[in-house]
Amino acid sequence: MTTTSDAPANPTTPGPAVVAAVGGGTAPAPDADLAVHLLRLGDDALVLGQRLCQWITRAPTVEEDLALSNIALDLIGHARVLLDRAGRLDGTGRTEDDLAFTRPEREFTNALLTELPGGDFAVTVARQLAYTHYAVLYYEALAGCADAELAAFGARAAKEVAFHRLHADRWILRLGRGTPKSARRMRLGLERVWPYTGELFDEDDVMRRLAASGTVPSPAPLRPAWERRVTEVVARAGLTVPAPSWSARGGRDGLHTEEFGPLIAELQSVHRQFPGGTW
Amino acid sequence: MSASATPAASAEQDEALAHFDALIAEGGTIEPRDWMPDGYRRMLIRQIAQHAHSEIIGMQPEGAWLTRAPSLHRKSVLIAKVQDEAGHGLYLYSAAETLGVDRADLLDALHRGQQRASATFNHPALTWADTGAIAWLTDGAAVINQAPLCRTSYGPYARAMRRVCQEEAFHVRQGYDLMRALCEGTPEQKAMAQDAVNRWWLPAVALMFGPPDTAAGGADARTAAPGAAVSRRAMAWGIKRHTNDELRQRFVDQCVPQAERLGLTLPDRAIRWNEERGHYDFTPVDWDVYRQALGDETHWARQRIAHRRTAHEDGAWVREAAAAYAARADTAPEETA
Amino acid sequence: MSREREGAPASWEVFLRARRGLAHQHVGSVRAADPDAALATARDLYTRRGDPLSLWVVRSDAVHTASPDERDPYFAGARHKPYRYPEHFAPLTEKGPEGDDHE
Repeated sequence: MTTTSDAPANPTTPGPAVVAAVGGGTAPAPDADLAVHLLRLGDDALVLGQRLCQWITRAPTVEEDLALSNIALDLIGHARVLLDRAGRLDGTGRTEDDLAFTRPEREFTNALLTELPGGDFAVTVARQLAYTHYAVLYYEALAGCADAELAAFGARAAKEVAFHRLHADRWILRLGRGTPKSARRMRLGLERVWPYTGELFDEDDVMRRLAASGTVPSPAPLRPAWERRVTEVVARAGLTVPAPSWSARGGRDGLHTEEFGPLIAELQSVHRQFPGGTW
Repeated sequence: MSASATPAASAEQDEALAHFDALIAEGGTIEPRDWMPDGYRRMLIRQIAQHAHSEIIGMQPEGAWLTRAPSLHRKSVLIAKVQDEAGHGLYLYSAAETLGVDRADLLDALHRGQQRASATFNHPALTWADTGAIAWLTDGAAVINQAPLCRTSYGPYARAMRRVCQEEAFHVRQGYDLMRALCEGTPEQKAMAQDAVNRWWLPAVALMFGPPDTAAGGADARTAAPGAAVSRRAMAWGIKRHTNDELRQRFVDQCVPQAERLGLTLPDRAIRWNEERGHYDFTPVDWDVYRQALGDETHWARQRIAHRRTAHEDGAWVREAAAAYAARADTAPEETA
Repeated sequence: MSREREGAPASWEVFLRARRGLAHQHVGSVRAADPDAALATARDLYTRRGDPLSLWVVRSDAVHTASPDERDPYFAGARHKPYRYPEHFAPLTEKGPEGDDHE
């Protein structure tokens, strides 16, 4: 992290950061908004990383154990940067571990896509496809933001996620154009996760204020580019992008699936068993 | 091979054997296309396969804690470690394949119980501290065992081991570091660390080095004989460089001061410094102790293989798809940019 | 049947350029069904540490070998030609070959 000695304590408010009060009421300080946003991104990475950890030693090949653990490792790395920053911004002084291991389920704000339970390898590939294409676009946009720390993170994360995207692209092609069985499973995988993809691009008041102030970009405008890219890859795999009749929402507000509780319980179990522990 | 019956072939065989023996004698390296005695090839395949299987099966006890690591830093470290183990398994399978066997056959043999992984992993990882104890003790033992293998006589094995050893050093250090954090933490954390050491010491000291193979190992000469015969053969061929018991002693000598620094007690009352020998004494690992450590015919011995077999069977359709995709003539060129 | 087996059907030799200025060096092999998967596996397996510059994968059965078995016809010519080596000739300084200043 770059900390020049005489930098202002809060480098996140660029010049024109006039608090734009959208929809009336008293708008929270930009720091609080940014903390909410970074927590969402961090929770996405943490929860998806946790789901991928569940594959390790269970993957179709040892090579795939290695590939999935590589991706999980990068995601946990992203979560650490994002949660750490969110904790510094939200005024509570919570560390990355406080945020990961002591919040109750309702305070996690990951998109539901990232928490969907297991399923077969095709479900994982479908989710990786949706997430990585979104994350590359979003982190590339973040790399252009005025906050030097976040911009540097965005640039690094975009590169890492681009490799994860190659992994997803490679697998959807192999499953889609492999055997009739794998094509069917891949199609079911896409159908399973697609209703959960819209939430990645949702924009609420927090996001609108951050975008309007130029603090960080909104994901909403990236959706057409995402649609184009995933449609192209899915088509190459001989499949079609599902057109779900419904769209899942709630994760950003802490309203999760029932399967989320056990995931968080597992994540936090050791940490919670040893109050005051140091690790 | 009935061809060896003809005098010409037998003379050629003798010459090849003489060349092989000379290479071994001068500490040279045997490469895949060199002629080698069948026994040498078989011993290598067995040893490298067991080693590879141990890396893959060894992912399980620690892998079970990936989702529960108590800090994000420790989670990252553990993922990196388990990932290395997958990598080591792959290095070793590819070294074994240079001897004319197929990894698929080796894995099938593991799944069918015809080949084995180290019995160390027949023990369960019951708490978070087990991940530290495994890394500090089991990997610590592995490094001592494996360092000489970097100079083993078979080239591809030695090269694989040089990569493995470089990476194992990180495993031991992080394991010790994890244990130190627990020992410096709350009394409950320290108790968890001690409990893990109590359970992992014997598997490490007994199983990671193999059965006793010298009288110095505590067994009398007669009981050490079967182990000694195998070790002598392996040492004559330059596959092994030290006896099991020499390496075991080195391990104990290394661990005792480390445990003292951590403030942990190794669960062996016989451990004490022997001025005369210049080594720590410890309870001899005779065959009874060895068998006691094995943990064969237990829930976990079966579970490790069952877990592995389930992953293998569940993944069959994915591997079929990848093979079918590669075989398809109409596969469009991929754009990976 | 073989498709269900673990370890993809094809073997690939992996070459890594660890640093600028070095040749690609053989580091081992991987199994993969096709070149893209081989590259990805090689990346995961051989570049977890350090900052490597580039990777090659070559199908193992595409590597043609002149092995020790064929040593004589292939490599005999390299021996018995001492004049290929600098030590064969008179030293450039009075101090003898050890005195040659290569630095």
